[in-house]
Amino acid sequence: MAGKITIDIEKCKGCGLCVAVCPKGSIVISSESNAKGYFPARPTNVDCTGCGECAVVCPDAVITVYRDDSRKAGSAGQRREANGAGVSRG
Amino acid sequence: MKTVFARTAVLKDCSTHYCPGCGHGIAHRLVAEAIDELGIQGRTIGIAPVGCSVLLYDYIDVDCIEVAHGRAPAVATGMKRTNPDKIVFSYQGDGDLASIGAAEILHAGHRGEQLTVIFINNAVYGMTGGQMAPTTMLNQVTTTSPKGRSAVEQGYPLQVSEVMAVLPGVVYVERTALDGGAGVRKTKKAIKHAFELQVEGAPGLALVEVLSPCPTYWRMPPAKAMKRIREEMSKFFPVGRLKG
Amino acid sequence: MSERVLMCGNKALAEAAILAGCDAYFGYPITPQNEIPAYMSRRMPEEGRVFVQSESELAAISMVFGASATGKRAMTTSSSPGISLMQEGISYLAGAELPAVVVNVMRGGPGLGNIAPSQSDYFQATRGGGHGDYRTIVLAPSTVQEMVDFMPLAFDLADQYTMTVLVLADGILGQMMEPVVLEKKQSKRKLPPKDWALTGANGRKQHIVRSLWLADGRLEEQNRKLQTKYEQVLKNEVLFEDYRLEGAEVVVVAYGVAARIARSAVDSAREEGIAAGLIRPITLWPFPTERIGKAADKYGLFLAVEMNMGQMVEDVRLAVEGKASVLFHGRSGGGVPAVEDIVGILRQASGSGGGEKGVGKRK
Repeated sequence: MAGKITIDIEKCKGCGLCVAVCPKGSIVISSESNAKGYFPARPTNVDCTGCGECAVVCPDAVITVYRDDSRKAGSAGQRREANGAGVSRG
Repeated sequence: MKTVFARTAVLKDCSTHYCPGCGHGIAHRLVAEAIDELGIQGRTIGIAPVGCSVLLYDYIDVDCIEVAHGRAPAVATGMKRTNPDKIVFSYQGDGDLASIGAAEILHAGHRGEQLTVIFINNAVYGMTGGQMAPTTMLNQVTTTSPKGRSAVEQGYPLQVSEVMAVLPGVVYVERTALDGGAGVRKTKKAIKHAFELQVEGAPGLALVEVLSPCPTYWRMPPAKAMKRIREEMSKFFPVGRLKG
Repeated sequence: MSERVLMCGNKALAEAAILAGCDAYFGYPITPQNEIPAYMSRRMPEEGRVFVQSESELAAISMVFGASATGKRAMTTSSSPGISLMQEGISYLAGAELPAVVVNVMRGGPGLGNIAPSQSDYFQATRGGGHGDYRTIVLAPSTVQEMVDFMPLAFDLADQYTMTVLVLADGILGQMMEPVVLEKKQSKRKLPPKDWALTGANGRKQHIVRSLWLADGRLEEQNRKLQTKYEQVLKNEVLFEDYRLEGAEVVVVAYGVAARIARSAVDSAREEGIAAGLIRPITLWPFPTERIGKAADKYGLFLAVEMNMGQMVEDVRLAVEGKASVLFHGRSGGGVPAVEDIVGILRQASGSGGGEKGVGKRK
């Protein structure tokens, strides 16, 4: 697993954009609603490459993206940096 | 694992009132990220329009003012002229900028005011319940164009960027679209550039027109709204850099 | 002693605003105040300050709104139709509690009216032409020197009460030339710091200038806060002038240019043995209600003289509360009351009303 995301489910409104854009289909809509009654997105982190596409389209900035860059050579597919996708904090 | 994307601190730590999938949320984040990355949070003043984004100051942590409908570019002129060292941006929707405020944006550009204008075009009046805007597309149904907008009755969708690009006092015009990951990234670059120009003292107005989804009043789910921008809206409003 | 300079009211007011520390002037052409933007367009850059000719009066008042929100002294000037366009902006200035100075060099109305002098914007000025429960302080100069003296006063009042101060002049005062003394005076008022100003949240919490209050009951709370401010103005800032009231049988009430004319009428009447006097309101809001109310205990007859169809007369009646009768004489649409017409009314009023029925002599 080269990447991982966390979702602030209390701020998420379950709009589904992250689900739609995730190239690995590794985000689903939760069956439990949050305090506001929305059914937020839930990361399964299965096959997540940490590409950050979900965070880029998120209207509520609830997604934090992590990536394990140590196995650079092995990362399959297009290396899509989440650059310009916001501030990366080491 | 390294954090490669995190919420910027220029966004206040709260949820927004925007509808699920609303483009304002994305645009707010991009503005906040640009301010964060340019290190100008301490000298930026934001202008909130009248419309869905009137509560911008509840979300973007900079000094902010809320102004009369359509008058943001004039208010920004008053601020920037008396405070040339501050970074002043006006964030407006299509009703605010292209309808009631059409004279103000035109003249701010005409005078070459050194401002950054973020123009969110979602082709509808959101806050008041989905009325037709100057940028409503032909055949688009709204509460005030119930049979779909007709050119004969209600005229053609207004292409603000093209109009503004003609003015010598306008130094940068780009139209982008919040229609997917790539579109959001382009929007971020354009917004950041529009701020950079002001930081560098460029001699005129920088305008970014952002095609933005309004799932609620387009009456479709967020992902489909982004698809509509790609397939339909970008035909009326071609994306790209028109100037500068 | 600084020397006297012969200047028209418009230019004198403009120079006085500069001396009062006006940081930014935003205006739009409209007769009869065009000399002001023209003068400011030359002088403000000389002082390293801001001048912008806006695309409309809507934009001008919005530019004032922006500059004022950053803590600057900002002003705009216009004439009646232009001031009508500024009403929404003035309501926003009140709601957001921002200081501002607005000058109305009144002309004939309604509609395009004409470019002759008038006082027919009294209601708009004193009742507020915009929406919501708000007030503006209204100063009414009646000489070119007062056009000068009221500018530092207006800026101080605006800053002290964070509200809009409207200087209500008219085409005569604007165009008329009189010798004036122009000098920079140190303000005697202790003005509150502008710690609310938008200067960039550098090392401090975000400042927000707003007038939208959606939470339940919050706007009413904001309105109560505004009212307590306005009550302070009512208590501390009323200005008026009494003239030859001793033993008066008829008291004329008039402001601005009409007061100058009324003063001459009072003098002529006195020469004929008619005991007439004048009370000249200088602040039209807050109106000198108390002063006129007390006068009504003593004098039985009032005559309001205005350059309109009767507006301030209503405030006189409110102040008098039926204790005396109130007559009205007005000329509108650019018409100017004539001294002899006023003296005629005074003569007729004091002949019939005056002494016998004891109307005039109330304890």
